[in-house]
Amino acid sequence: MEEILKLGIDVGSTTVKTVIIDDEKIVYTKYERHFSKVRETVAEQLRAINKLYKGRKFKTAITGSAGLGIAQASGIEFVQEVFSAFVAVNKTYPDTDVVVELGGEDAKIIFLTGGVEQRMNGSCAGGTGAFIDQMAQLLGVSADELDRLSLESTRLYPIASRCGVFAKSDIQPLLNQGAKKEDIAASIFQAVVDQTVSGLAQGRKIEGNVLFLGGPLYFLKGLRKAFVNTLHLSGDAARFPELAPCFMAYGCALQAGDISEPMTIDETLDKIINAKTSDNIVVGKPLFESREEYDEFVWRHNRSDLKYADIKEYEGDAYLGIDAGSTTTKLVLVTDDGKLLYQHYCSSKGQPLDIIASQLEEIYKIANKNLKIRASAVTGYGEDLIKSGLGVDYGIVETVAHYKAAAFFCPDVDFIIDIGGQDIKCFKIKNNAIDSIMLNEACSSGCGSFIQTFAQAMGYDIADFANLGLFAKAPVELGSRCTVFMNSSVKQAQKDGASVEDISAGLSSSIIKNAVYKVIRAKSIDELGENIVVQGGTFLNDAVLRSFEKELGRNVTRPAIAGLMGAFGCALFAKEKYVANRQASTLLTLSQLKEFAYNSFSAQCKGCTAHCNLTIIKYNDGRRFVSGNRCERGAGIKLENKTENMFEYKFEKLYSFAEKKPKGKPRARVGIPMGLSYYDMLPYFHTLFTELGFEVVLSDETTRDTYYKGQQTIPSDTVCYPAKLMHGHIANLLEKGVDFIFYPCMSYNADEGQSDNHYNCPVVAYYPELLKANIPELNDKNFITPYLDINFKKNTAKNMARALKDYHVTEKQVLDVLNKAYTEQLRFKKQNEQKALEIISKARSYGQKIIVLAGRPYHIDHEINHGIHKLITSLGFAVVTEDSVAALVDCPPLDVLNQWTYHARLYRAAEYVCRNDDMQLVQLVSFGCGIDAVTTDEVRAILEEKGKLYTQLKIDEITNLGAAKIRLRSLAAALEEKENSKREAI
Amino acid sequence: MSGKKEGKKYSDRVNRTTFTEEMKKDYTILVPDMLPIHFELIIKAYEHFGYKMELLTNRSRTVVDEGLKNTHNDTCYPALLVIGQYMEALKSGRYDVDKVALLISQTGGGCRASNYIYLIRKAISTQFPQVPVLSLNFSGLEPNPAFPMTVPIIMRLIYCVMYGDMLMLLYNQCKPYEVKKGSTDRMLKRWQNRLGKLMGTKADYMSTKSIYKAMLKDFSSIERTKEKKPRVGIVGEIYVKYSPLANNDLNEFLMSEGCEPYVPGLLDFVLYCASDLINDARLYDKQTPRTAAYKVAYEVLYKFQQEQIKVINEHGEFFAPHDFEHLRRCADKYMNQGVKMGEGWLITAEMAALAETGTENIICTQPFGCLPNHIVAKGMSRVIKAAYPNANIVAIDYDPGATKVNQENRIKLMLANAKR
Repeated sequence: MEEILKLGIDVGSTTVKTVIIDDEKIVYTKYERHFSKVRETVAEQLRAINKLYKGRKFKTAITGSAGLGIAQASGIEFVQEVFSAFVAVNKTYPDTDVVVELGGEDAKIIFLTGGVEQRMNGSCAGGTGAFIDQMAQLLGVSADELDRLSLESTRLYPIASRCGVFAKSDIQPLLNQGAKKEDIAASIFQAVVDQTVSGLAQGRKIEGNVLFLGGPLYFLKGLRKAFVNTLHLSGDAARFPELAPCFMAYGCALQAGDISEPMTIDETLDKIINAKTSDNIVVGKPLFESREEYDEFVWRHNRSDLKYADIKEYEGDAYLGIDAGSTTTKLVLVTDDGKLLYQHYCSSKGQPLDIIASQLEEIYKIANKNLKIRASAVTGYGEDLIKSGLGVDYGIVETVAHYKAAAFFCPDVDFIIDIGGQDIKCFKIKNNAIDSIMLNEACSSGCGSFIQTFAQAMGYDIADFANLGLFAKAPVELGSRCTVFMNSSVKQAQKDGASVEDISAGLSSSIIKNAVYKVIRAKSIDELGENIVVQGGTFLNDAVLRSFEKELGRNVTRPAIAGLMGAFGCALFAKEKYVANRQASTLLTLSQLKEFAYNSFSAQCKGCTAHCNLTIIKYNDGRRFVSGNRCERGAGIKLENKTENMFEYKFEKLYSFAEKKPKGKPRARVGIPMGLSYYDMLPYFHTLFTELGFEVVLSDETTRDTYYKGQQTIPSDTVCYPAKLMHGHIANLLEKGVDFIFYPCMSYNADEGQSDNHYNCPVVAYYPELLKANIPELNDKNFITPYLDINFKKNTAKNMARALKDYHVTEKQVLDVLNKAYTEQLRFKKQNEQKALEIISKARSYGQKIIVLAGRPYHIDHEINHGIHKLITSLGFAVVTEDSVAALVDCPPLDVLNQWTYHARLYRAAEYVCRNDDMQLVQLVSFGCGIDAVTTDEVRAILEEKGKLYTQLKIDEITNLGAAKIRLRSLAAALEEKENSKREAI
Repeated sequence: MSGKKEGKKYSDRVNRTTFTEEMKKDYTILVPDMLPIHFELIIKAYEHFGYKMELLTNRSRTVVDEGLKNTHNDTCYPALLVIGQYMEALKSGRYDVDKVALLISQTGGGCRASNYIYLIRKAISTQFPQVPVLSLNFSGLEPNPAFPMTVPIIMRLIYCVMYGDMLMLLYNQCKPYEVKKGSTDRMLKRWQNRLGKLMGTKADYMSTKSIYKAMLKDFSSIERTKEKKPRVGIVGEIYVKYSPLANNDLNEFLMSEGCEPYVPGLLDFVLYCASDLINDARLYDKQTPRTAAYKVAYEVLYKFQQEQIKVINEHGEFFAPHDFEHLRRCADKYMNQGVKMGEGWLITAEMAALAETGTENIICTQPFGCLPNHIVAKGMSRVIKAAYPNANIVAIDYDPGATKVNQENRIKLMLANAKR
């Protein structure tokens, strides 16, 4: 009798793998992409096997993230995929210590020695294989080319590794600034490695013999290299088995031998084909009930078309508008009555400068010789670069450009929503000025480029894919969170048997839900007003447009040039300017263009400790363009009338405590990690320790390396960045060889008498407990973490003495010097408040506006704020902090429970801003700060009630300030417009 | 509370309708779907005092959508679901919106949860300004004479917690083994009715010992198989841990995977809250007028718990809850009991206690981005695993975007280990 064979089927998120074992030997393997046709692909592979092994019996099992559904429905045994890997590893490489497996969308680590532990990426920690595909596409290369490029790199850029959307917003500006693709490619791989090390290992070191599995690690040499280098693995400790892509399938087959009943392939096929899918899918309404409804829709929107004129025949003035967006480049040329002469819309593919130069050349070539380009304007991420490179006359902020364009089509526009490749921008218009701006946060990006990526993953062209959804009968509900989440929603829908049509319609609707629920967050549709204009390339997609109308329950205006509105607005702006001042354009002429050339190189700014990564472009006429700088210093510009910056002032004052030493020989050296609450309480504790005769050692100023140094011990990848940095500060202090590190747990902060309670947030309050539990080098002796409530003086003395008993500190000794600590803390506070008033009055004497940059005390850390305060100064504002002005007013009436000391300051700062005409508030919010979910809405409400604009900047480890810049410039532009309309009213 | 300030406390931006004595007559108070077993009892207890309450059981996708629309993007999942359920209910037409009030619990701790009531008010303010929102708390927040915390009410609430815990415990330990499908559910229904009636009595409901014994006897009479299924402990953030709406029916899923779920009782959480001021007094020599009262309450509640454990152990067939003093000692091994925000040290202690008593498979449920859980759940799993190398802990995040397939896949991974 013939042996019974073992068959393992691994159904992953993007591929299907099969392995057959015959008597311990692997006799068959197959690896194939399934393009979301999961069941069909599995059936096909089974049929192929059936031909080779006719009539044989198999013990079969299924594994893999997309395999669960099929297994459940068909009744074939299921093996969890990490478990499959585990079985296979034990069989083939029993001396392995750690397994790292990257799949299409999952990342997994298995620790085998020292306590078996298996980890999968959390629901936030975006894809891996899919992530690489997405990034490759962003660079306009294939994954293989990306790999080849990466091997040629000379430097690495920091790229946020947490999720694809974040990484994208780091990469795009690099591309726009002209960074080399080779370097970006290598940086992408490094980001994947960092993500695996910090997001997955979560406090456990990856060491010993490491086995690397999964498709990406098998096919991409650059990725392998990055892993080996980062983990410091010597030659044979890093293993890349030949079987890597099919490893889970192999483990699954092995396991099948133990758990499954023998069956023929025909029987298995039968089960799979006839399996009933569960009815888990939530289904929405079709976009169109009938063909007539669709025709009416098409007719209605065709009315918002633009008039055209022939560029070859038109004689007269023309205006050029350019929108160098994040993923696409748009360019239009219009006549002075707004007729369209020329348009261009294409993917940026990393080099907007080249694209626009060649387009401009094309325009010069085909245009009538009596056509005169009078003025030009540019907007978008690549604004500065294009402006300097091609001599474009004006640079304007995107929001202004979009409003100009929308008003052309709908003069009474109340609300504009623009969904582009990467951004969603919404603004309300009041009194002919932008009244409030809502932009998507880096996290919920999943916009146009998302649907494009999806179309490609499913093997469709974007236009075809979107149209499929128009007449879908049962669009699936896919939720409305970020790209990564939607990926797994789609996975689930596929598992449940949804058709491509239904998924396409579902994706369109989820983009809209994302915009409506996450970005606009309108309580009722009436809030948006009567006249709504939609624009941005994504709305060219009829399914998306229709979903929006359905969600809103009303019709909207979509100009036919929805994708070109930014550029169109620029052209209109250029015209306005030209009509007003009749200045000659500086736009490069054809002959200048022909000689136009440039080369780019990177450098690090030495202007200050931020060490910005600069990209310098040298044009052949000798001009230079610098980007990547946060302040004017990097670009070599000197600002006049610059006021002091409160962020810098506070920071310097805090670090100047480092110089204060005790008299005589110190009792011991105590280390203080400079982060979280120490940015507020350092004066208190520093004075206390110095007065007690301890030498206080501060951890070094935070840099990116601080994060890397501690990232292996971070157990929760969704905690805020300021908290994550503490791990590096502790490591830094341990290196400095201090006798002990002092870091108290504080449920309560100081009671400033202006709130219902005075808690710290849970993370600030108890982070020492987490550090102690996750950094192996820490123990009760070298890490002293008493529980303190400094509102109780006597008790604080008691607890301090108890904590420091090894150093023979008594309660009396503490009590004797404690008042000095309180006094110093108060002096520091008063000094800041004094300085703020000084800055404010100086700014007023210069006629400058003032921005209260409000966040937490630790937001003055350079690595946390990424230099946003400098950016604000460079836009001509003076900057003060929330804590330096909070004491000037009482807490306003609130609709929240006001129970955290730091957050209570925000409300008072907002109140103070409301009382001053020349002030605005910008709120800094660290990603992952749950408490700010409460405070941001309240601060916004306080400000908006008094007619102030609310601006929120979300910050994380991302160093790119592109989005922040748009917001801040929009704020500046909106203020200017408001002032203008006020002046006109008078 | 410190720092009383001058002037008015609340702004005019958000409407606040106060629940009045008048409304008691014909208003329906809606209750969120958090602990179905317990809340059903509480609703019956309140009936005795003339309040008409109704447990919301709407679980459609609209609930999540309404939650998304009416809360901040980063609001934690429990708040989003509670608000979503309320908004869905108010908009559904199933209720006369001029005759409903909403109920939410509040602890007054340092986590976001104490702000839920404010978030609910903000959410309903534009469309349903007439709907009053009531706070259920023991900390004296939002006092309302028409919805007071009197001794008779407090007593009944506490007994509801204890009986609810008992029912949940027995249900989870019988259902996976029942021979006749549905017999455990029928028993649960019968006891819910019986207890509901008892809550209307003057003092009969207090005869815990005899009632527990009767419950044990009844549930043990359910015909059950003798097989041994792996026991899986569920700990975590209180709403997600208990609410089937939030955790995608985790209890049910575990049973369908051939496991016996074990969910620590609500009394643990009540005791944890009661110990808060006691711990504050110990740590900071901080004495408030309420400290002494909390001490008494703690002693009483702890005695109640000991009695329950004793009766279960004497009966001998079921796995009793962990002694709370023991939980406190478990916590001490890993962190200070000063960690008191959210579920604080209790989560760490429950994980340790479960691992110690052989329930090594533990699911730690949490809303995505839950602040205290960074510390007490994910932050402590390393040390717990070091102490109990066989502990098999998986942390599952719940939020509107997380899919069931993802969550189940992770749980399956844990179960694959459990059954190995």
